[in-house]
Amino acid sequence: MTDTVETVEGSEVNLSHSNMSESAKPHHPPNPQAKGEKSHGSDFSYVGIDAILEQMRRKAMKQGFELNIMVVGQSGLGKSTLMNTLFKSKVSRKSVQPNPEERIPKTIEIKSISHDVEEKGVRMKLTVIDTPGFGDQINNENCWQPIMKFINDQYEAYLQEEININRKKRIPDSRVHCCIYFIPPTGHCLRPLDVEFMRRLSKVVNIVPVIAKADTLTLEERDDFKQTIREELRANGIDVYPQKEFDEDAEDRLINDKIREMIPFAVVGSDQEYQVNGKRILGRKTKWGTIEVENIAHCEFAYLRDLLIRTHMQNIKDITGSIHYETYRVRRLNESNGHFSSHLSDHPDAQQKANGQPEQQPGGLHANGVAAQHEALSHEM
Amino acid sequence: MTTNMRYKSRIPVKTEESTEEKQYVGFATLPNQVHRKSVKKGFDFTLMVAGESGMGKSTLVNSLFLTDLYKDRKLLNAEERINQTVEIIKHTVDIEEKGVKLKLTIVDTPGFGDAVNNNECWKPITDYIDQQFEQYFRDESGLNRKNIQDNRVHCCLYFIPPFGHGLRPVDVEFMKALHEKVNIIPLIAKADCLTPNEIKKLKDRIREEIDKFGIKVYQFPECDSDEDEEFKQLDKELKECTPFAVIGSNTVVEARGQRVRGRLYPWGIVEVENQSHCDFVKLRNMLIRSHMHDLKDVTCDVHYENYRAQCIQEMTSKLAQDNRMESPIPILPLSTPDVETEKLIKMKDEELKRMQEMLNKMQQQMHDKDQ
Repeated sequence: MTDTVETVEGSEVNLSHSNMSESAKPHHPPNPQAKGEKSHGSDFSYVGIDAILEQMRRKAMKQGFELNIMVVGQSGLGKSTLMNTLFKSKVSRKSVQPNPEERIPKTIEIKSISHDVEEKGVRMKLTVIDTPGFGDQINNENCWQPIMKFINDQYEAYLQEEININRKKRIPDSRVHCCIYFIPPTGHCLRPLDVEFMRRLSKVVNIVPVIAKADTLTLEERDDFKQTIREELRANGIDVYPQKEFDEDAEDRLINDKIREMIPFAVVGSDQEYQVNGKRILGRKTKWGTIEVENIAHCEFAYLRDLLIRTHMQNIKDITGSIHYETYRVRRLNESNGHFSSHLSDHPDAQQKANGQPEQQPGGLHANGVAAQHEALSHEM
Repeated sequence: MTTNMRYKSRIPVKTEESTEEKQYVGFATLPNQVHRKSVKKGFDFTLMVAGESGMGKSTLVNSLFLTDLYKDRKLLNAEERINQTVEIIKHTVDIEEKGVKLKLTIVDTPGFGDAVNNNECWKPITDYIDQQFEQYFRDESGLNRKNIQDNRVHCCLYFIPPFGHGLRPVDVEFMKALHEKVNIIPLIAKADCLTPNEIKKLKDRIREEIDKFGIKVYQFPECDSDEDEEFKQLDKELKECTPFAVIGSNTVVEARGQRVRGRLYPWGIVEVENQSHCDFVKLRNMLIRSHMHDLKDVTCDVHYENYRAQCIQEMTSKLAQDNRMESPIPILPLSTPDVETEKLIKMKDEELKRMQEMLNKMQQQMHDKDQ
């Protein structure tokens, strides 16, 4: 559902409904001086509250958005190519390196590349976090640990900013919003490594599993494979995005159920264009045909793109912020609380600084109680 | 191999005998005689397939030999795979074509490379190969050598995933552990996910890395200089094509008006036997039609001999340590099992003799009765 608002400049802007629904709407009095407002002066009962949408949109345009995507998977599964395809520009680590050397690193590295992309006046700071070396060694035990650590470090950095006495107006958000996990298209089932990784990480970050290089599976094999994967995810208690428990209302549930029926998306990536039927499309040309990346009869790339960018981007960020990050924060504060209670007895001064956490303990245990703690948090850890 | 040649010479006797034919002895028919005997005896071939699960190994084997060896296979799910270890499973099938019998044994290695920790996951495989060599060594040194069963692995097809940018650490380690025990033929599996450019790049990269790591894969024997040009050209093409990029299929589809083995995609049909689509035909020709015998020869002459030499060396060095007399080698590998089988054979022989005598007696009695 989109709202169309005409501005004075005459350009039409489409707003995505989901963009606005989850954001908290501060209660400002309706501003009748908003330019470009449709004249409803004759409408007796019109107050003008909906003009808030326009104000928010303008503010968001000024501020720009941030999106941090992590890609995880064995070497050669097309991670960099998929990122380039998703954002239709060279955003991957390989495009940035002057002489990309395709060798397998001895240990996992975490490489973060940021780009500023713009479309129709909307600016986005896109950060792609690559994890070369994951799953490539002979012994891959605990190869998920560096990744867990990185994600938690981002939460920690955000937490530190948040609890500062003098906080920045806009805390730079480096938290990983979404982790795309690439499953090799074996056609049989998930491998032990896949299960181990997703089980651990689905608890700290939104995981979107995709079947990589899906042009090696026929449609029948693809459906069987997807079904097997879904069953195995269920059997192992792995909650991938969109998580069932975070559906807000029936409408959301309906949309998300449809998505859940389709995951994992079978994707093919390409950054080369070919001419097919007079159109220039992204694809892969083989001796037996050309695979069109954006053709939903060929692969499900379009669904993935729609999910990640066009419909659920804000939702992904919200869940990261309001659920994963909060879980981390609560755990962290509880840990340090235990640390502090031993100090409180020694330092009476510290008691004033320490924000009365002991009293607010019961509220702090619930994610909802965080709002109350916002004002109280003023001490430095 | 001793052959009792009692064949009557089948040389066509010409009415006019030229001077050259008078000097014709006739042993030029030896190859024919060997051929006839082999056809009667049949051939055997043991092929091992190794690679991660989901690389299309079973499908390729079925496509190569036009059989369905894996009908009743049950695939493990992810949970079961977590505790899976590498197993060795043998499938044997008798194939006959134009009167020639082939006893084909496929040695499968499920579980290889699938675990999170794949340290030394090739050990069960090297142990198996060594066991077969040891078995053959014992048999060869035993007393009854008439019916030695040759279970040695003649060739190992190693499936390299097409998703990588070359060889992975596990590929390198596996091939290095096995290249002196068995003929390794590396293959690029599931090649239908690569464009022609990507295949070329990957093949070049893999060949480079094989050289770099000193891996000795199976080399095609050089052509004889007196072979014709066409054969030489084919041979050259074959050598430049390694590692073969293969695709397998269990299904038959309709393409260009014909029924062919292939895979049906929304964007086109991949034909397994189309040389411009993949190297399956080259692999089949090489493996079965032209080099099967050479693979067996290399296994016998090179890999087995290496093993044997190593084994004997170990034994003699052990002997030297034990300070025992150096006894002639053939006796050494004889251990109690052989002696027991000898006893059994003797017992059975005696039993047979007794039964024969009883039969004779009965026949005599009947004969007397009749009279």
